[in-house]
Amino acid sequence: MTTENGGDVRLAGISKTYGSFTAVKPLDLTVPQGSFFALLGASGCGKTTTLRMIAGLEEPSSGTVMLGDQDVTALPPYKRPVNTVFQSYALFPHLDIFENVAFGLRRRGIKSVKKQVGEMLDLVQLGEQARKKPHQLSGGQQQRVAVARALINHPKVLLLDEPLGALDLKLRRQMQLELKRIQTEVGITFVHVTHDQEEAMTMADTVAVMNAGRVEQLGAPADLYENPGSTFVANFLGTSNFIEAEVAGRSGEDLTLKAGDGKLVLPAARCTAATAIGGKVLVGVRPEKISLTHADDAGSIPDGRNRITGRVVDSSFIGVSTQYVIDSPLCDAFEVYSQNIERDSRLAPGAEVVLHWNPAHTFGLDAAQDIEAGAAKVEEDAAA
Amino acid sequence: MTTVTDIPAAPAVKTARPPRKRGRLVPYWLLLPGLLWLVVFFALPMVYQASTSIQTGSLEDGFKVTWHFATYWDALGDYWPQFLRSVLYAGAATILCLALGYPLAYLIAFRAGRWRNVVLILVIAPFFTSFLIRTLAWKTILSDSGPVVSTLNTLHILDVTSWIGMTDGDRVLATPLAVICGLTYNFLPFMILPLYTSLERIDGRLHEAAGDLYATPATTFRKVTFPLSMPGVVSGTLLTFIPAAGDYVNADLLGSTDTRMVGNVIQTQFLRILDYPTAAALSFILMAAILIMVTVYIRRSGTEDLV
Repeated sequence: MTTENGGDVRLAGISKTYGSFTAVKPLDLTVPQGSFFALLGASGCGKTTTLRMIAGLEEPSSGTVMLGDQDVTALPPYKRPVNTVFQSYALFPHLDIFENVAFGLRRRGIKSVKKQVGEMLDLVQLGEQARKKPHQLSGGQQQRVAVARALINHPKVLLLDEPLGALDLKLRRQMQLELKRIQTEVGITFVHVTHDQEEAMTMADTVAVMNAGRVEQLGAPADLYENPGSTFVANFLGTSNFIEAEVAGRSGEDLTLKAGDGKLVLPAARCTAATAIGGKVLVGVRPEKISLTHADDAGSIPDGRNRITGRVVDSSFIGVSTQYVIDSPLCDAFEVYSQNIERDSRLAPGAEVVLHWNPAHTFGLDAAQDIEAGAAKVEEDAAA
Repeated sequence: MTTVTDIPAAPAVKTARPPRKRGRLVPYWLLLPGLLWLVVFFALPMVYQASTSIQTGSLEDGFKVTWHFATYWDALGDYWPQFLRSVLYAGAATILCLALGYPLAYLIAFRAGRWRNVVLILVIAPFFTSFLIRTLAWKTILSDSGPVVSTLNTLHILDVTSWIGMTDGDRVLATPLAVICGLTYNFLPFMILPLYTSLERIDGRLHEAAGDLYATPATTFRKVTFPLSMPGVVSGTLLTFIPAAGDYVNADLLGSTDTRMVGNVIQTQFLRILDYPTAAALSFILMAAILIMVTVYIRRSGTEDLV
């Protein structure tokens, strides 16, 4: 029993306030043993504070932190069976790589550390660098030392605070796979904090999207992407197009919606908003689900697909796909990503087009929220 | 392709050359005032003193260079107790400065928050008053009827210090303790400032990382903070010990004839007895002794790769 859920992290009603500022609103969260869990959000959303409360580096203003069956809320960091990989690593500059990795073992009074440290350095492929000082290593190597230094203690939970933020894009992709490999190999619970939605989705089994001190939505990456529960999640994870519509009726499993002069179909199961007739909903659809057909060929579109009309205002060719921006009476700046399989040369700016997609790819959200939520923050991060 | 790049390259090199040649000399021109200063105020006096130390003669007949190296042996033979005292007093003052200064520097670097600059200004505030006046003030502080002596007496601390020869009965003034107190007080800022600088440079996340890796706060200090502050410890102790070993004001104002340091001897020889060769020889011996001690100290502290 204890060994089975010994690596569970359970946060109950945990919150953190600094004076009048609330960094984390009361939060309940369970991270199951052995999972790769990501806390995703823009800077200042409370994700790092949450992680630091698990590590014991920040004292929660309320609530409890449980590791397995043990309440660790009152324990100082050096008594908690968790280890952290810090943002920009915090390697000890006066110790060599070997001693950095051996630090945790030595503090727990383990005398013969040589074999363990050697094995750990091999795991992160740094066996040759044992006697170098941290500043002699590259960023990627330092990052691996930080991981080894934490993992060697066999923590119940490994906390990663934006561990890849300081690396360039190519190295980051490589390290994502590396970390995922290590996690699978050692089977320890990983809690990973990141603002990079792609990183969270490629690595984690479960992603919690945080916004303004609370968890906006939690789920498997594909689930979050396909069924966002709010405009924030829909915009923060990838891109979404929204149309304001009114519920006109219901036929079987589907809702019929009136949007402008047109009609859209939305599976009732994919609508998180109230669906009373006459009620307003936001209809969302991902850019890559949409097909574009030139207005002249509108007759060739199969029946039963949602369709709206518009005019191409911009198109940018980016290799695997072409991204179009379409001006439509229902929504200005509708985004469409089209795979470059058969390019229709008529789809240039100014062309009249019909956008159409399988109704199954439509999702419905409560209309009483900001359509732009989460979108601007992604751009800020990209610029930073 | 090659011809295209060659043609514009040629005139570019021609115009670029003269300013670069002039530019290469600029650093030396900038060095000149400093070098001149060193030659006039350091190198020349050194040569002059070196020649003085090997002269013989008297004030009436004049001094002549006679390569009389025996002056060195005589000076060392006559004044070795003062040399020893200088090293002991300066060493004790340095240790006291470190013990007092480290916690304060630590506090300023990590805990002072918005008070940091205020406390730093307080540390250097004594420099706004003359060194002599501040040392004279200690005469009042340590006077026989003053609060310090009566407090130490009540606590029976003077019994202990008298027993080890640092004080004399009920008196603190005119004892070794008074001189050491004066040295400690006067050189404390020279300890605190380098300590503060090196502590302040330590990344706070290293403390968190050590805590995260099972180090208690005490172990974190021993294994992370202190080793990383070693450059400050070394420069602070040097900046305290070197001037303290050559100091004569504290021993003159707060001490007695039994607490004379080598600085006092040099001062007397130069200004009162007017035995210039002995004074110069003593200066050179002090300088050599300090150089040797400092070299050994830096080698042993092993901070070359930390600085």
